[in-house]
Amino acid sequence: MTRVQQLLMVLCCLAFSINTSKAQTDMDAIMMSKKQLCIGPMYAHSSWKNYWEGTLKRDNANLGTVSTQLYSLMAAYGVSDKLNVLFSVPYIKTKASAGTLHGMQGTQDLSLFVKWMPVEKEIGPGTFSIYTIGGLSIPLTNYVADYLPLSIGLRSKTASARLMLDYQVGNIFATVSGTYVFRDNIKIDRTSYYTDHLILSDEVEMPDASNVNFRAGYRSDKLILEAVLNKWTTIGGFDMTRNNMPFPSNRMNATTAGIDFKYTVTKKHNLFIVGGGNATISGRNVGQATTFHGGLFYVLDFSKKRSSKPSTKTTPAKK
Amino acid sequence: MKKLILLSTIITAAGIAIISSCSKDVVGRTDETPALKPANLDLNAGTWKPILLTAPTDIAVAAPIATNTPDYIAQVNEIKSFQATLTDKEKAIVKYWSAGAVLRWNEILRELVARHNLPPYQNADGTYPFPSANNPLAYPQFPFANPPYAARAYAYVSAAQYDALVSAYYYKTLYNRQAPYNADSTVNVLIPRSDLPSYPSEDAVVEGVSVELLKLLFPGDQDYIQLKAEEHKRARIIAGANVRSDMEAGEALGKAVAQKFVARARGDRAGAAAGNQALWTALDSTTRARGEIPWISQESPKRPPMLPAFGKVKTFLFDSLTAVSLVPAPPPLTASQQMKDETAEIYNIVKSPTREQTRIVHFWADGVATYTPPGHWDAIAAEDFIGKNFSEVRWARNMALLNMSLMDAAIVCWATKYKYFNPRPSQLDPGIKTTTGLPNFPSYISGHSTFSGAAAAILGRIIPERATAYDAMAQEASLSRMYGGIHYKSDCTVGLTVGKNVGAYAIQRANTDGADN
Repeated sequence: MTRVQQLLMVLCCLAFSINTSKAQTDMDAIMMSKKQLCIGPMYAHSSWKNYWEGTLKRDNANLGTVSTQLYSLMAAYGVSDKLNVLFSVPYIKTKASAGTLHGMQGTQDLSLFVKWMPVEKEIGPGTFSIYTIGGLSIPLTNYVADYLPLSIGLRSKTASARLMLDYQVGNIFATVSGTYVFRDNIKIDRTSYYTDHLILSDEVEMPDASNVNFRAGYRSDKLILEAVLNKWTTIGGFDMTRNNMPFPSNRMNATTAGIDFKYTVTKKHNLFIVGGGNATISGRNVGQATTFHGGLFYVLDFSKKRSSKPSTKTTPAKK
Repeated sequence: MKKLILLSTIITAAGIAIISSCSKDVVGRTDETPALKPANLDLNAGTWKPILLTAPTDIAVAAPIATNTPDYIAQVNEIKSFQATLTDKEKAIVKYWSAGAVLRWNEILRELVARHNLPPYQNADGTYPFPSANNPLAYPQFPFANPPYAARAYAYVSAAQYDALVSAYYYKTLYNRQAPYNADSTVNVLIPRSDLPSYPSEDAVVEGVSVELLKLLFPGDQDYIQLKAEEHKRARIIAGANVRSDMEAGEALGKAVAQKFVARARGDRAGAAAGNQALWTALDSTTRARGEIPWISQESPKRPPMLPAFGKVKTFLFDSLTAVSLVPAPPPLTASQQMKDETAEIYNIVKSPTREQTRIVHFWADGVATYTPPGHWDAIAAEDFIGKNFSEVRWARNMALLNMSLMDAAIVCWATKYKYFNPRPSQLDPGIKTTTGLPNFPSYISGHSTFSGAAAAILGRIIPERATAYDAMAQEASLSRMYGGIHYKSDCTVGLTVGKNVGAYAIQRANTDGADN
């Protein structure tokens, strides 16, 4: 049997790399003000030709370039100035440029985050703030996880806990966050599979994962421009063996570096565009993906009072 | 602020602790299988018809020492001293092996197949390396346990286990030495008691025969195989099921019987199944000479077709002339309207597959890094056999019937594939994208269909009340290859029929092997 060889996981990577890059996300130190809803579509394109089979970097003429397109609806809402909820729903489409394998498409996972800023304080010349973010993700459809690298996701229900620290002096800022991602076991369509041993079950033990994100740059009401470094690490899992297919419980690690921006289009600060891109600089059992994304967001103000500044809070509270 | 940080930290830590405490361990379907307690001891199994042996006495087994000799008493004391200091790990080993020797060695074999079912990566010049049995640990590791290789491995191991057990049961009734717990009532017994004579040990027979054959079939995995063998032997003594002399006699018998099968395997022509450049070229040119479009590898770089001479391997259930007679009539001509229609049918199925179709494709795919379709049928059979409380010898007999069917199905199927060398749907229409890996060998007839037709036929004979269910599974397995975009309808329907015809020979054997008297 042939095998078309494969590779893996852009998806899980993709999911996080895209999340990291949208504005007002679970990964940035930006809060919506009370009763404001920021909502809009996002598009992302990710592709790779090379991938890491375990730690061995290779290409695969039976896959060519594997590309993933993501269309999503994202929103953030200010329950209060210090408490936001966020969600996103992506539709994903995959394709391999070579070989015979059929791509896949479908609605992937609903992500929900609650973001709380318990601390915002003047320290030294700038403003220091602390955020805690709790997240959940749940597959919205019965999509296929066990068809990497062309499945649209890993199907695991996840819960994540994140601590994020931000410091801003004038218009210069830096944000660092660490996340632990709990991943629930998944069910696949076959009744046995081989990891580093044979398992006679359709249930797959999914290793947990961690994520570290660092971003720094310029931040004003009009423009945010930042460099982003992200490191996703699977805690456990196994390596793909030589010329084998990828599997959802592989040890997928990826470090990406990129740039993001958010530009406010209107003077009322209620319409803005976001965009960015990143490249995978190291990885294990993942594709060496290059990702671009862009989105358009609109802010709706549900507060009675007409705020003179209905947009996100992007400057230190006190000057 | 410090309080808030502290609070957040506590909440986070508590959350992590709660979630981490949930076990994610996956329990395999046969992990909790209860100890084997045969409904029928099959004490007459020494009279059943063996496969390669001419008689159960082909290998001599010396009479055992009496249970009142000092030597025997010392062996019983060995059991008692093990049992005096039982660890949890030892109890777990006893529990694992008590589910049945044939079951567990079949699972070990399936594991080895899955580990080795990986096609070699190409050389820098675009050719492909072949695994070498003489250098099994060098890349590409030996073997590439693809479906024909696996079918043959399952058949040899099962058939040899059966012959060895027929011989063992002959000696069991001949010598009638009772189990240690019957000889000495103070022996603690960790498995169900049985009146089956314990010399030679049926477990040791299965262990010995399996180890010897796996040396041939998986020469690079000796460390793992020996580990399992030692564990198996220890489990029987710890459990109080056998004394050491039961085990030694059984293992020696198993190894001796295995040698007969090893000798057969060395001469069954499987070693030449990969063919060579001259054969690969001839397959292409003779097909063109017939005016047909030949199969072409769709891998990049192009890979030589899988085991083109496997169709010449020596069958178990019938002779080579019968094997030739089981090869079906040709597929529709590649230029015919029927072939165009069948290709269009696949295109339409695969254009936008339903979730249920994809489930079926993946359920039956049994592709890379799996135990292959024959292993899947072994898994289906094993899980049904568990519920039937078969004796070890009946387990072996039924597995041998199944696996000889699967191997012979592979041989007839491969003979057909390389007789007609028919292209895959995605070769005739490159617009067809497959929802599972495209096998690197000709299309007609479908291997899955042939395997499944044969397996369903013999399993329906062994467990008649499941016959309808097995047929439905075979139909679904067959259909999965159309849903996957890799086979035409003709490949599947003819494959099922050919498989069923092969299975008929196993049924015929089952009717006359003496096991149902």
